[in-house]
Amino acid sequence: MVNIEINGIPIQARDGAMVIEAADEAGIVIPRFCYHKKLSIAANCRMCLVDVEKAPKPLPACATPVTDGMVVRTRSEKALDAQKGVMEFLLINHPLDCPICDQGGECELQDLAMGFGKDASRYTEARRVVPEKNLGPLIATDMTRCIHCTRCVRFGREIAGIMELGATGRGEHTEIGTYVERTVNSEMSGNVIDLCPVGALTSRPYRYTGRPWENRQSVSIAPHDCVGSNIYIETRRGRLMRVLPQENEAINETWISDRDRFSYTAVQGEARLARPMIKQGEDWKEVDWHTALEYAVEGIRRVREQAGSEQIGALVSPSSTLEELYLAQKLLRALGSDNIDHRLRQTDFRDQDLAPVAPLLGSTLAELEARDAVLLIGSFTRKDQPLAAHRLRKAAVRGAAIMSVSSLAYDFNFDLAAEIVAAPAGMVNELAGIASALLELSGGEAPEGLASLLAPLAISEAHRDIAARLREAEQGSVLLGVQALGQAELSELRALAGVIARESGASLGYLPDGANAVGAWLAGAVPHRRPGGDETGGRDVDNMINDGLRACLLLGVEPEFDTAQPARALATVEAADFVVVMNPFVSETMKTYADVLLPVATWAETAGTYVNVEGAWQRFTAAMEPLGEARPAWKVLRVLGNLFELDGFEQTSTDEVHDEAREAIGEVTPATDSAWRLPAARTVAGEGLQRIAFLPIYGVDGLVRRAAALQATADAPPAAMYLNGALAAELGLSDGESAVARQDNNAVTLPVIIDEGVPDGCVLIPQAIKGVEMLASATGRVSVERA
Amino acid sequence: MISPIAKTFKSLFLVELLRGLGLTGRYYFKRKFTLRYPEEKTPLSPRFRGLHALRRYPNGEERCIACKLCEAVCPALAITIESEMREDGTRRTTRYDIDLTKCIFCGFCEESCPVDSIVETHIFEYHGEERGDLYMTKDKLLAIGDKYEKEIAERREMDAPYR
Repeated sequence: MVNIEINGIPIQARDGAMVIEAADEAGIVIPRFCYHKKLSIAANCRMCLVDVEKAPKPLPACATPVTDGMVVRTRSEKALDAQKGVMEFLLINHPLDCPICDQGGECELQDLAMGFGKDASRYTEARRVVPEKNLGPLIATDMTRCIHCTRCVRFGREIAGIMELGATGRGEHTEIGTYVERTVNSEMSGNVIDLCPVGALTSRPYRYTGRPWENRQSVSIAPHDCVGSNIYIETRRGRLMRVLPQENEAINETWISDRDRFSYTAVQGEARLARPMIKQGEDWKEVDWHTALEYAVEGIRRVREQAGSEQIGALVSPSSTLEELYLAQKLLRALGSDNIDHRLRQTDFRDQDLAPVAPLLGSTLAELEARDAVLLIGSFTRKDQPLAAHRLRKAAVRGAAIMSVSSLAYDFNFDLAAEIVAAPAGMVNELAGIASALLELSGGEAPEGLASLLAPLAISEAHRDIAARLREAEQGSVLLGVQALGQAELSELRALAGVIARESGASLGYLPDGANAVGAWLAGAVPHRRPGGDETGGRDVDNMINDGLRACLLLGVEPEFDTAQPARALATVEAADFVVVMNPFVSETMKTYADVLLPVATWAETAGTYVNVEGAWQRFTAAMEPLGEARPAWKVLRVLGNLFELDGFEQTSTDEVHDEAREAIGEVTPATDSAWRLPAARTVAGEGLQRIAFLPIYGVDGLVRRAAALQATADAPPAAMYLNGALAAELGLSDGESAVARQDNNAVTLPVIIDEGVPDGCVLIPQAIKGVEMLASATGRVSVERA
Repeated sequence: MISPIAKTFKSLFLVELLRGLGLTGRYYFKRKFTLRYPEEKTPLSPRFRGLHALRRYPNGEERCIACKLCEAVCPALAITIESEMREDGTRRTTRYDIDLTKCIFCGFCEESCPVDSIVETHIFEYHGEERGDLYMTKDKLLAIGDKYEKEIAERREMDAPYR
């Protein structure tokens, strides 16, 4: 620590800190544009010039390290003169179009111009005009307003890991833009909107619709991934205007992903269901809530009497709140059925009894960036959980070895230390190879039961390399991602990941899909466990879909997009006698299988809790009233409980549900040290190619699928099949041609795209997008032939 | 202190009363300044703050750019604006409402307007027959602007040297 003095106030500052950091900590305001605490120091705006004693000229506070006994004056005549001079230069070329600028009211230049600007300009020469850049459907540009602070450039380089933005030209001819004319393709690009101190980069969906002073801010949690980013929801007169990040160093720092930022456009969308509806013959009729709920209760009762509770089941979205999930399982279990599942994209349940109490990360998110080695198994973290990937990127930049074993050569925004790409079924052998290499290094014995998986393998150099790096690491993580959790070989992968973690001393963790997968496990939204983990026995999602249900409750789920077996799930709900749909949205498909449509609130309109992947319980309140007659899902479930005349449905607020759930769950110890056994052998049915069912970032839930701006980005893939060149040639297919993909009796015709990243014997067909919902399974075999 | 004699004198000869009558008489014969409204009207300052109007540029384009400064400055919260990006990429209002029953005619909206779009005209004779008649919408305000543009422009011209 060094002692310095700013404006006569003695301050203790960290060694090597910059003057501006010390001042910020002491609450002394120094004007700045280019300095941002999360970015490197550029010192190019010169706005933070301060007067340092014994220095002949003013020095930039952001690039001047503190020294012992330093005396700084931020408001002396010399400092103010310098700051005012810089402001005058900045305003020479900055247009005075504040009235039509979206940044107006929250503009750093506008604010500082009030303090340091002159009331009239002395500049009479021509001003500079810069043509607008096309940065894609999310970011609007007015580059004439740019003051070249280069925050966006540094963000791209240092945080997002994209080299797309840069400054070209010098002096007055400096321009910020993409080097070649193309859009910025990053899952975190929206953060440059917050970073831009002027109105050069603004939000395109929000363009010209509001002013910051008229928005009401509510605190909330992002509903799309298991990171649980802290956000602000801004509303105006009951309308959701935009979403902004809230700072939380432990979780999302100051960033949020584009998915969290722009998915809000669907909340006000036309696809919202505004009133309860029931099916009368072939027609849909809008009714009041009471009639709809009575009708729902009547239908489920009828099935229960005729076929028994076994035939009632519920599929719930892993992005529902803890309260909704708790009440849903309570309702089902009170009706005598354990058939509730949130693991909609999972297909392998052989070892579910051995699964940990919840799919936790095994460390905190902040600890992730201090890891020395991380093995990602079937995880495209960059798109699945962008903020977790940001931590991994920081670790990688620091020198940690991030390694990946998966079925696609994922495009990470950092360098992987090792990468193995194998067909889904082949991943078992790859992990077994790594486990064997580890056992070889440690001289240990293969754990009982797994010897048969490990024995017959040739260990390759790649396996040894990964094993050695994991073993050397002081702190390591083995993480199972969304792809792995959806694979038919999950049991084997999990068992081998457990061995790898144990033998290398790394922690075993998960990166599941959905915002509240951990909460769902804890709340008992799984068939085989009650809240808190007591064993029971119900039918899992695979069983419910394949063996059929007579009555079905769908909470926030669209079977054709949200499950791993879209066509089969759709057939099941269509065959069911009675289907209750609780969803904020309505689609034509829903109307074909549902009997009652109950409009429920989106996350922005209800209070609730998300438990993130670290196990942090994050509560949030409603930012606005639900649209139309929609009601929060927990209220609907509560009233359903009342109408069934069940006990324990007297809660009057989410607080009460929360407390009850908390008590039922008890104190959970986040033990991720997994038990294992040799999973019963299972072969994937059918013949043909292995399907890699990539889950696109903007397909994960109903909200993002309806967010127009996100769907217009390059991250929303077209419905197509991707094959490598050799395989395509073998099948007689060429790029751009149409081909038929067949599963069960279903066939879809898709264009062929040649992609050398797809392993041999595999075809990549994304899931959760329009055009592929008629395929039977995400994990089954696919036969491909020319159309 | 008034002496008892003077007091008695004043009250006996009704001096105060006569003085009052004198004043009445003087004004009785003076020139009258009462106007016979509505046949006659008082002169209005060009700065008079009456009914609101939204103006257009001579080429017919509406002036308002939805900056929302008038909405922000309005002390009576009488203005409600919603905006969007129009098809040609410009910033425009989709809704511009002034509730005249809330308005206190302070003129701040006019002061704050960077493009001289919202103005308070010289019109003060207007009424509403139904609830909602005094709730001015964008269409109504633009119609007033169109109708009185000549007068509005004249008055702003007259006031310009003092601004």
